[in-house]
Amino acid sequence: MKERLVLVGNGMAGVRALEELLKYAPDLYDITVFGAEPYPNYNRIMLSPVLAGEKTIDDIILNSRDWYDEHGIELHTGDAVVAIDRAARKVKTESGREVGYDRLLLATGSEPFIIPVPGADKDGVLGFRDIADVDQMLEAARRYKKAVVIGGGLLGLEAANGLMKNGMDVTVVHLMDILMERQLDRPAAELLKASLEERGMKFLMEAQTSEILGEDRVSGVRFADGSSIDADLVVMAVGIRPNIALAEQAGIHCERGVVVNDTMQTFDPRVYAVGECVQHRGVCYGLVAPLFEQAKVAANHLARIGIARYEGSVTSTKLKVTGIDLFSAGEFNEGEGDETLVLQDPAQGVYKKLVIRDNRIKGAVMYGDTMDGTWYFQLLREGTDISDMRATILFGQHDVGDAGHGDAARVASLSDDAEICGCNGVCKGEIIDAIQTKGLFTLDDVKAHTKAASSCGSCAGLVEALLASTVGEGYDATPSKKAVCGCTEHSHDEVIQAIREHELKDMRAVFDFLDWKTPDGCATCRPALNYYLLANWPAEYQDDARSRFINERAHGNIQKDGTYSVVPRMFGGLCTPADLRAIADVAEKYQVPEMKVTGGQRIDLFGVKKEDLPAMWKDLTDAGFVSGHAYGKAMRTVKTCAGKTWCRFGTQNSTALGVRLEELTWGSWMPHKFKLAVSGCPRNCAEATIKDFGVVCVDSGYELHIGGNGGIKVRVTDLLCKVESEEEVLEYCGAFIQLYREEAHYLERTAPWVERVSLGYIKSRVLDDEEGRKALYERFRIGQRFAQVDPWKQRAEGAEAYEFQPLEVAGQ
Amino acid sequence: MNDWTRIAPLDEIPRLGARVIKTDTMEIAVFRTSSDEVFAINNACPHKQGPLSEGIVHGHAVTCPLHNWNIDLASGEALGPDEGCTNTFPAKVDDGIVYIDLKHSARAC
Repeated sequence: MKERLVLVGNGMAGVRALEELLKYAPDLYDITVFGAEPYPNYNRIMLSPVLAGEKTIDDIILNSRDWYDEHGIELHTGDAVVAIDRAARKVKTESGREVGYDRLLLATGSEPFIIPVPGADKDGVLGFRDIADVDQMLEAARRYKKAVVIGGGLLGLEAANGLMKNGMDVTVVHLMDILMERQLDRPAAELLKASLEERGMKFLMEAQTSEILGEDRVSGVRFADGSSIDADLVVMAVGIRPNIALAEQAGIHCERGVVVNDTMQTFDPRVYAVGECVQHRGVCYGLVAPLFEQAKVAANHLARIGIARYEGSVTSTKLKVTGIDLFSAGEFNEGEGDETLVLQDPAQGVYKKLVIRDNRIKGAVMYGDTMDGTWYFQLLREGTDISDMRATILFGQHDVGDAGHGDAARVASLSDDAEICGCNGVCKGEIIDAIQTKGLFTLDDVKAHTKAASSCGSCAGLVEALLASTVGEGYDATPSKKAVCGCTEHSHDEVIQAIREHELKDMRAVFDFLDWKTPDGCATCRPALNYYLLANWPAEYQDDARSRFINERAHGNIQKDGTYSVVPRMFGGLCTPADLRAIADVAEKYQVPEMKVTGGQRIDLFGVKKEDLPAMWKDLTDAGFVSGHAYGKAMRTVKTCAGKTWCRFGTQNSTALGVRLEELTWGSWMPHKFKLAVSGCPRNCAEATIKDFGVVCVDSGYELHIGGNGGIKVRVTDLLCKVESEEEVLEYCGAFIQLYREEAHYLERTAPWVERVSLGYIKSRVLDDEEGRKALYERFRIGQRFAQVDPWKQRAEGAEAYEFQPLEVAGQ
Repeated sequence: MNDWTRIAPLDEIPRLGARVIKTDTMEIAVFRTSSDEVFAINNACPHKQGPLSEGIVHGHAVTCPLHNWNIDLASGEALGPDEGCTNTFPAKVDDGIVYIDLKHSARAC
C-alpha cells in the first residue's frame, strides 16, 4: 500500500512542494489536500493586479481542478483542518472529515496583522490576503468613495493603487517618515512617493492609528495626535503573521512561526512545513522566492532523496504597480565604512544606488530603471569582486565590456546562470534551453514549461527579450548553465571540484561518485567529463574517444556532406615553398575539391573522404607537418604579422615569438577553442586584441592581452600586464592557459570566462602570485608532455584504424 | 524468418561506438552499446541525413553529430521534441559474432 501524504494549506508553497514531489516520485504517495478557501491553488501575489482590474481570478489560478484529478490528488476546498492528532496520525476538518497520514505537510501560510485598536472589528475593515478580501474591496469601491490604507509598505501601496484604479479616493497612512522603509532608502522612497502623488494618491506620514471610528461600519480613522479623517473602507496592510494556531494546538514547537530545520522538518519528524507559516534559522519569510526554495527542499526529502538543504534566502523586491519600476535587494542602507555608488537623474526619475563593502555589492536600490537589478542581485549573491567595473557598473551590464549591440545585448550579456525569475529561481540558461529544446515561441509557453514569469510577472519583459534573441538565432551550443545536463543535478564547478578533490580518474568513477542518473551519460556531459579528466589527470587518464565529438575523434572537421577538412599546422603561419609544394601534392593526390586560406593563417583542404584521412596524414607527416587541431576544443593557431625583418614599424622578434608560443602550446586540449596572436607593433596587424591570448610587441617589451573574441560577440581583450622578455611571455601565457584549462567550464570561451570570474581574479592568480604562476606554468608543461603527440602521425601509423574503415561484409 | 548475414566479430566494433557497412544502395551503421547490445540502423539522420555512425552513443540512443538530434537505436525514431525516424535492421550477437538481417528492414516510417 502507498503511504499517505496530507497537505494542509492549498496555497502557493504547499502546492509547489507537491509539484516538485511529483517530479521526483510521481507514485510514492496517496495525496490529500485541504484548503480553507473555496478555490484551487491560485497566485496570491497577483491579487494586486486583480484588484487593479489588470487580471481576472481565472488568470491567476495556478492549478486547476483538472490538475489535481490528473495526478490523483484528493482536493477538499473550503474545508479547513481544525485539529491534528499526532498520536493517531490523522487530521480532522471543520466539516468533521478525518484523514490519516504517514507524512504531513503544513503550509498554512500567514494572516494579515490587524492592529489591535478600538473599532478594528467594524464592517469595512479588511486585511489584504485572499480573494475574499479582494471581492470585498471591489464591492466597497462600487458603493463608497473614501478609502484609507494603513501601511505604506509593499502590500499597502499595491492595495492603494488597486483601490485608486477602481475610482476610490485613497489615503495611505504610514507610521514611518518614508515609504517602504524595509526596501527603500530615502531618495528612492521620495521618488516613489512623488510619483504616486502625481497619480492622485494621498499620504499621511508619521501617523499612528489610535482608533477606528464608526457605528457598525467604519466611518473614519483617528490618530494618536487627535486628528482624524473620513473613511468608508479601511485596509490594514501593516504586515503578516505566520498562521501557527493549528501547529501550536497539535503541540508542534512554534516560536513566531512553525520551527523547522534545514530539511524543512518540524520537531515531529513526520511533519514537514513550508511557506509563510515557517520559521527557519530565526527568520520568517513573506516573499515568494524563499517559499519556493523551501518547497523544493521539502519535496526532495518527502521523495526520500534526502540530499537537499535549505540554508536561508537573500531576497529582492519589485513593486507591482504598473508604470513604476523599483528594485531593492540586500543591505541597501549603508553602514559604517561602506561605500556607496549613486546615479541620480531627477529629470528622468532615475535613481540607482549600490552599497559596496570590500569591493563587493552588499545592497542595491533602483528606481525608474531596474533593468540591471537582476545582474546586481547576481553579483551580490555570488560575492563578485567589482573593482574592475566600478567606473561603469552603474550604467549597467551592457556597459561593462560593451560590444556595441545596444539594448538587446543587455539580456544577451547576462551569463547563463543569471537568475531571470527571482520568484521561481529560473536562470537564463534554463529558459533558453527550454525555448530551444521545446520550440517555444510565446511568453505563455515559457511560463508553462519553465515557470519563469509565472508568479509575480515582473520579469516578463526579460523573458520576452530572451525569446526574441533566442528564437531569432540558430542553434548555439550554450555553455555553463547550472546543471551540466539532464543526467545530473551537479554544476560544472561541482564536477570539477569532485574530480580534483576526490581524485576521480575515470568516467565511471565520476558517474558513481556523483550519482549520475543515466548509465552512460549523454552527448553533452561525456565530452565535458572527458575534458575535465584529461585536464586534471594528464598522466593517468586514458582519453576516451567515444566521449569526443566526431571532429576530435576523426581529427578533422566533419562537413555537412559527411566529408572532412584537413588543416596542417604551420607554426606562426610561416611556411616554405617545400611546405606548400607538399600540401599541393597531397591536395592533388586525394582530389581535394577546394582549398582556402583560413582566418588563422593556415591552409584548409576541404572535401576529404573519411577513408582517405590516414593515408593523407601519412603523406603530410612525411613532409614534416603535424595536425593543426583546427577541429578541436584545443589550442588552434598563433597568428603573426609581417614582423621586424620586413616591416619598417616592427619591434622585437615578433614572428619568432609567435613560433615559440605555438611550439609551447600546440596540442593542448582546452575547454573551448583557443587562439593566439603576436603583433610586432601597436598597429596590431595580427589582431592580437581579439584573441584569447594576444601579444603586442612594443619597443620596451611585450603587452599581454587576454579574453578577446572576434566571433558572435566581439570582445576586445583586457590588458593583463606588460613584461620585458620572451621567457616571461611564455611563462605568463602558459600560466593563463593553465588557469583557464583548470577552472573554466567546458564550452566556455575565455571572453565569458574572464567576465564571469573578473579580470581582478585572473590578475591575482597570474600576476600577483609569482609562486602560483610558476606552479600553473609547470602544470601546463607537464600536461603538454602528454598532449604533444601528433594524432595524425599515430593514425597514419595505424592507430584506431577501425575508426576510418567500413566493415567488409562477405557477399556485399 | 530472418535472413542473417554474418557481419564481424563483436570486438571489431568499439563499445559505445559504431562501424559502417556499405551496401550497393545505402550505408548501415552497426552500433554497440555499453552493455554489448548491437543495433543496425540506416546511417542517415532523419533530420539532414547526418552520419549517425559518427555520433556519441549513450544508453540506447545516438546523438547525431551535425545538429544533436537524439535517435533511438532500437526503433530508429527521433527522441524528445524532434520528430522523424530512420530504418532499422534486425541485429544479433551469436557466439561473439554480429549478424544482421539486411533483407528485412523495419520500415516503420
